[in-house]
Amino acid sequence: MNSVIFLTIVLLALSSYFFGRKKAILIQSNKRLTALPKFYGYYLAIWCGAPAFLLYALWSIFEPSIVRFFILSDYSSQGLLEGELNLFYEKVKSLSRNQYSGELTAELQRSAEKYLNFRDIAKWSKVVIVLSLLIASTGYAYTKISNNTKTREPVEIFLKGVFFLSSLAAILTTIGIIFSLLFQTIEFFQVIPLFDFVFGMHWYPAKAFVRDASEALDPSMYSDTFGAVPIFAGTFFIALIAMCVAIPIGLLSGIYMAEYASKRLRQYAKPVIEILAGIPTVVYGFFAALTVGPFLKDLGLSLGLEVSAESALAAGGVMGIMIIPFISSLSDDVITSVPQNLRDGSYAMGATKSETIKRVIFPAALPGIVGSILLGVSRAIGETMIVVMASGLAANLTLNPLESTSTITAQIVVILIGDQQFGDPKTQAAFALGLSLFIVTLVLNIVALSVVKKYREKYE
Amino acid sequence: MNKEERLIKRYKAEKRFQFYGKAAIFMALLFLVVFLTKIFSTGYTAFQKTWLVIPVNYNADLLYLDPDKKPTTEDINDADFYEFGIETFITLDPDASEDQIMELKKMFAFTFERELKYYLLDNPDSFGKTVDVKLTASDDLDQVFKGNYPRDIPENRRRASDYQLKIFDKLSEDGRVISEFNASFFTNADSREAELAGIASSFMGSLFSILVCLSIAFPVALLAAVYLEEFAPKNRFTDFIEVNINNLAAVPSIVFGLLGLGVLLAVFGLPRSTPLVGGITLSLMTLPTIIIAARASLKAVPPSIREAALAMGASRMQTTMHHTVPLALPGTLSGTIIGLAQALGETAPLILIGMVAFVNTIPGTPMDPAASLPVQIYIWAESAERGFVEKVSACIMVLLFFLIFMNLGAQLIRHKFEKKWN
Repeated sequence: MNSVIFLTIVLLALSSYFFGRKKAILIQSNKRLTALPKFYGYYLAIWCGAPAFLLYALWSIFEPSIVRFFILSDYSSQGLLEGELNLFYEKVKSLSRNQYSGELTAELQRSAEKYLNFRDIAKWSKVVIVLSLLIASTGYAYTKISNNTKTREPVEIFLKGVFFLSSLAAILTTIGIIFSLLFQTIEFFQVIPLFDFVFGMHWYPAKAFVRDASEALDPSMYSDTFGAVPIFAGTFFIALIAMCVAIPIGLLSGIYMAEYASKRLRQYAKPVIEILAGIPTVVYGFFAALTVGPFLKDLGLSLGLEVSAESALAAGGVMGIMIIPFISSLSDDVITSVPQNLRDGSYAMGATKSETIKRVIFPAALPGIVGSILLGVSRAIGETMIVVMASGLAANLTLNPLESTSTITAQIVVILIGDQQFGDPKTQAAFALGLSLFIVTLVLNIVALSVVKKYREKYE
Repeated sequence: MNKEERLIKRYKAEKRFQFYGKAAIFMALLFLVVFLTKIFSTGYTAFQKTWLVIPVNYNADLLYLDPDKKPTTEDINDADFYEFGIETFITLDPDASEDQIMELKKMFAFTFERELKYYLLDNPDSFGKTVDVKLTASDDLDQVFKGNYPRDIPENRRRASDYQLKIFDKLSEDGRVISEFNASFFTNADSREAELAGIASSFMGSLFSILVCLSIAFPVALLAAVYLEEFAPKNRFTDFIEVNINNLAAVPSIVFGLLGLGVLLAVFGLPRSTPLVGGITLSLMTLPTIIIAARASLKAVPPSIREAALAMGASRMQTTMHHTVPLALPGTLSGTIIGLAQALGETAPLILIGMVAFVNTIPGTPMDPAASLPVQIYIWAESAERGFVEKVSACIMVLLFFLIFMNLGAQLIRHKFEKKWN
């Protein structure tokens, strides 16, 4: 039904374009127009489609809650809890779809009939009201069209408005992220004290398995369960390992590309290295889990070391490979934008190329390089699949790269894979972790971007 | 140390430094080569499938059908092919004990009933005759035949028993083990049995997600970029939007998964595990990428084009829609394709919105539950069976093929259609 209304609105708007243009062309035969005939068409089409569509959208958003209100208004005086009302309403809905298999009560049946009735009324009144608004607005605009109506300006203002709304999508996304994270996190901290989360040393979310709502209120169950220190430590530890691989290789190859490489090498090697950044992370995860992990384990065995098959080293090392191109490309850009006169000055003093790079260019480019490294770190912290597949899922507090450890992202996946129950502290814990991840990466990005921007301004 | 020695030392340091640079590039390239070689060498065997060709006697008695009458399609559909299959397998080794019969059965994929039935349905003339029928070999034998399972380890550590290997070798000597292109890998949905699992369902899931993502992200991003480049007043709010977009581009993908879960599923109540929700989540993720690409290509259109149009009396909107946007379209499109390629390889957000469910049907619309190619890789990689390893690698090859294809397409559009301004 909804798609039929939607299609009707679109079709009517399209056809009113032709009506508008036709009327304009008729007027044009004896009077001068203020805009091209097609603008009259657009004008009418917008008047036809926009108000009706807006009403339709608003109606569709609010209809369910209004129907719910009417159905439950009979019961809300009985002092029922919100949860019970919800359950009752779900029962009514499934009964009205003939999918209800529980106990039938007279009350339920009455409400289901009422529900169906309301839905019917709502549906038809929606059709009637939307269509009459459409006809009214189109009629108004159609009669208004004359040779000196302004049509181009309103059409352009309308389009500009649409453009503006599109540009708000990014802001809406950010707001959506912050709200969804914050909302669940606040609920989480009502059960678990913030202090226990930030400074607790034990993370065993599996312990907090809640079977029904009454258990969820017992806070003693959660003591010593949601201490995030091992996870934060694991996250930074794995990121550190990754950066130990990525910084030397990325930086040196970036420097070589910028300063030494011939044009041909640059032309071929640069895009090939960038392929590393385009490979999906799940593929790296598979590689780390299947090849690197067992390889390190065997290597450790032959050296007499005990290496976990899911060691932090395997995950961090492979993650480092993934980050190489981010660092090499960015530092390459940064070094190339160091002005030539700095180099020339250094050469004139008799310095070799490597001395120039180490003593002049590198210090000059340092802010930009730091920025690129920070971006790399933020990537490493936010990386998920490699850790989920190649590193352990139990949160050990360790500084031994040969043992397994876990990260924020891996824990989020572990908690939320499968069916989630909203309102369960375990689920909320994942959102709290998500919020900490969001904040850390946001700060890193803002710092990195402002450092890079300042640096660019210095030389441009 | 005299001057000369110092100079030699400095030149050595120069050489060393150059060597480090070369070594770093070499390392990076080596990783790529090792990585791709590993994936291809484990994955290419998945494109082959092992069949066992065994003589089957479509005897009326064995099928409990009337021997004098040609059976109708209905008769065949009703017939019991399980017992018939077992009887057929016994002909491979008439002296087999009870246990050995079960082992014989396990040499074949559990779909042998269907395969025997469809052969008879397709070849009704073979009723009452003995014919050679091609049956899918079990995953274990498939792996043995491809050389992925070592045969020389003790029997209790092997998946295939000595007895099965003996029969298998006998069949092999008679030329009854054949290896053909594995078409079912591309046409089957996911399965718990490695020899039957295919990528069709996850491929469709990926396709739907990407289409939903494209149809939301491309228009919104293009319009947003046009607004920011061509119409936005220079004020704080515009700056705020810009900062927002840049930061959004660097938010970890898993956070978008949490957004999809916390808003799309929990608040708007969209159906879980569907490409629709996956596509919307991915579109929010690719939005900043496309906006940044579109803005860059709008910026690259020289002001003289706009000035010329304005001088001819076009309005700002007409200038933008008739001149600037069409000229910026190739760059925007190639940016869009690159963004979509990123979205295609994304796993974590899709896991959070539940696209990891085991789906053994091929989804027909974006509203059906589905997995996607990267999620399929994850699911298979987590399963213990050895047979899935080659499937994972093969699935990675398919995914990489699409990614390379999309990136080349983006390059092509950029080189072919983008105007160079000098």
